[in-house]
Amino acid sequence: MLNLLKTNRRNFLKITATAGGGLILGFNWSGADASTMGMINASDITGSGPAEAVDFNSYLAISPDNVITIFSPNPELGQNIKTSFPMIVAEELDADWSKVKVVQAALNAKKYERQLTGGSGAIPHSWERLRKAGATARYMLMEAAAKRWGVPSSTLKTNNGMVLNADGTSGLSYGELATEASAIQIPAEVKLKEIKDFKLIGTAVRNVDNPEMITGKPLFGMDFYREGMLFAMIQRPEAFGMKLKSVDSAAAKVMPGIIDIVTFRNNVAVVGKSTWQVNKARKLLKIEYEKEGNIESSSDHDRLFKELLESKEATVRRKDGDVDNAFKTAAKVITREYQCPFLSHSPMEPMNFFAHVRADGVELVGPSQTPEAARTETSKLLGIPPEQITLELTRLGGGFGRRLKTDYVTEAAELSSILKAPVKVIWTREDDMTGGSYRPAVRYRFDAALDTNGKLTGYKLRGVGINVGNATREDNFPSGAVDNLLIDSVEHKSPITTGAWRAPITNFLAFAEQAFLDEVAMAANQDPVKFRLDLLDKAKKSPVGAIKYDIDRMKGVIELAAEKSGWGTKKNLAQGFSVYFSHRTYVAQVAEVEMIKGNPVLQKIYAVADCGIVVNLSGAKQQVRGGVVDGIGHAFFSNLTFKDGAAEQKNFNTYRLIRMKEVPEIDVHFVNNGIDPTGLGEPALPPTGGAVANAIFKATGKRLYNQPFTKQEEMKGVRLGERL
Amino acid sequence: MAHYNLQINGRAYEADVEADTPLLWVLRDNLGLVGTKYGCGIAQCGACTVHVNGAAVRSCTLPVSAAAKSKITTIEGLSANGDHPVQVAWNEVDVAQCGYCQAGQIMSASALLAKNPKPTGAEIDNAMNGNICRCGTYHRIHEAVALASSKLK
Ligand code: FES
Ligand code: FES
Repeated sequence: MLNLLKTNRRNFLKITATAGGGLILGFNWSGADASTMGMINASDITGSGPAEAVDFNSYLAISPDNVITIFSPNPELGQNIKTSFPMIVAEELDADWSKVKVVQAALNAKKYERQLTGGSGAIPHSWERLRKAGATARYMLMEAAAKRWGVPSSTLKTNNGMVLNADGTSGLSYGELATEASAIQIPAEVKLKEIKDFKLIGTAVRNVDNPEMITGKPLFGMDFYREGMLFAMIQRPEAFGMKLKSVDSAAAKVMPGIIDIVTFRNNVAVVGKSTWQVNKARKLLKIEYEKEGNIESSSDHDRLFKELLESKEATVRRKDGDVDNAFKTAAKVITREYQCPFLSHSPMEPMNFFAHVRADGVELVGPSQTPEAARTETSKLLGIPPEQITLELTRLGGGFGRRLKTDYVTEAAELSSILKAPVKVIWTREDDMTGGSYRPAVRYRFDAALDTNGKLTGYKLRGVGINVGNATREDNFPSGAVDNLLIDSVEHKSPITTGAWRAPITNFLAFAEQAFLDEVAMAANQDPVKFRLDLLDKAKKSPVGAIKYDIDRMKGVIELAAEKSGWGTKKNLAQGFSVYFSHRTYVAQVAEVEMIKGNPVLQKIYAVADCGIVVNLSGAKQQVRGGVVDGIGHAFFSNLTFKDGAAEQKNFNTYRLIRMKEVPEIDVHFVNNGIDPTGLGEPALPPTGGAVANAIFKATGKRLYNQPFTKQEEMKGVRLGERL
Repeated sequence: MAHYNLQINGRAYEADVEADTPLLWVLRDNLGLVGTKYGCGIAQCGACTVHVNGAAVRSCTLPVSAAAKSKITTIEGLSANGDHPVQVAWNEVDVAQCGYCQAGQIMSASALLAKNPKPTGAEIDNAMNGNICRCGTYHRIHEAVALASSKLK
């Protein structure tokens, strides 16, 4: 085990060298300023990382044999953090990327600030800290070389993992210098590279886990097996608003491989020796439930939405000017409503977690977007101090927000504590879809007032949501560009458990808003792109109230998307426009629908994103494409409905996800403006539905107001794909 | 319980399981071959795809009793060093996002190319349409299949 020694003021942490040599710089992935950076020297730098590291959650290690190892502490669920974050460190270090190894750090250090994945917040949170970590190590290596050569370090350069002398005639590899560098004082300040000097950042770098992923290595929580562990499945109430009344487990208990049947809370856990045996036995449970709360159906929600749209008790989110007057004096008023259904998160890897509660502590292993919260909740539930709980994070087979919740972790821990045995709880797809957590249905009403010149003088938005608090994003465009504006929301509290779903709120709000603005532009007799640009110009010249988005960046993506797509110049194609700012990133999209043999076919989507500096071009492009594909798939197909409190769709045969044949071509562009990077995990999804619906309107003259599109009369004949 | 002798990845395996146990769970729970994934259990997502006598089969709905006499290949046995043309293409195109569906995608793709080394775009679409990728990596999957096809001698 490593020995950490706190040396001095300013909280530096420094380790005296041990056998083996090399340099290990500990830093906080999300806090790498000098006050949380330190050196560690360890003989084994490829191990799982120091357990006693209190202030560090990442390590940059340079071994004498020239291998650079970067420990990555964040959950990896496909957002490419495990590749792109080390790239940032390696850039400032001027390392040879082919010699960099990325290792998932063990998760038993005590502090994990921002050790979660969600909200596209990882990159903006860590950018500067990662750069400083790399630059600090580079500084120390240069100082070590300067010492050895007896020259001032200011005369030296670095390139591709080497420190070079002034004329570049001799060089020392980082590995050769690592041990000496570990004796250099950590600088309080380091100079970062100029953006224009980046060599690695902005290039396409392959996922560091590719070799494991393409050969089927055990990376995921589902793949975790431990000698002697038990397998469990849990029968949860099939309807929301019901609770357990009685259990007859006699028939299940005698099935082969079944060890125990345990009832706790509203759960009946079938515990046995293999997944299949448990799954089979579970079907023989006879369980009675009784009513505990409201039993709701989707038809109730439809009715409630309409009532609540008229409610006098809405919470006002933003109010500018005099809306009543604007609508009273309007030449034209446009009112439209939009609604979407519940959605399942459905990450490909269903929920699962391993737990072993022992007398001396708790071991948890599995996929989580919020490992720290999972540990805290487990601690609270079992009354065991968090220091005695370790959580080993596996790769996540997708998240989409589902794994921000900790229910499936604490449940495994509770079951293990009852069984006094190591156990893995596995959710079937049906468990996930029926007992999980959903993007709730929502309904919006928009009103626009136009004056005789077609100027937008008044704007109203009411959102009626389920369990979401504020169903609007009141400061998003066009707020700030309209003199008279009112945005309010009403919430219905439902027993159906809901949760953050990729791009919470905006995943549907953006569709509704962008489809509405298209109609308003049309009613004002203006081109939809010009209409938006004019509004932004107005917001710039005479802002109304607070403006919480960057007007120039928004204009930037609009203009680039118009240019790339040849907006307005293609005679045989119907184009639809959409632009949205969410999760700190700006994305504009143009969808193209072509009439093929009398049918409108969605052929192509142009997506232009401003996420500041693009770190990994390969990962970034896929994030945007994946977001657009997700946006199309959920707008067109996915539909989760409830009957008497129970989900009616239970698996992919009735809950439709988009498939390969249905994806159009997607052309991705980035605005490269040198601004610090923001995330891409979410922002490409929200604008998609609007761009597509607006293009379908251009082609067919029919407007789409509700999702999923495929259930709407207006969609007759519209086809997806046929891109080849 | 019954005893099964299985031929997987050119090796003999034995398992004592009930006859109706899907091959998927024998691979995962009994034999430690966890590259084959569970995604739906009802032959809808393709995550569990393996080759049975060379053909792509959903192992979640294939009872072990029906597979006992067949030659089975899983992702672990597709190539000795991860260098099957499809795997190489998957790396070059940088297909995977979360990666969970990808073993199944690779097994579907390699079965297609074994039968039809030069598929058209539409043939790729048809062969791969049964494999869901929740992360939406479809473009890259398509591209990688085409690239792998071009690598075949
Ligand atoms: S798990 Fe077999 S097809 Fe989904
Ligand atoms: S890569 Fe995540 S499901 Fe396909």
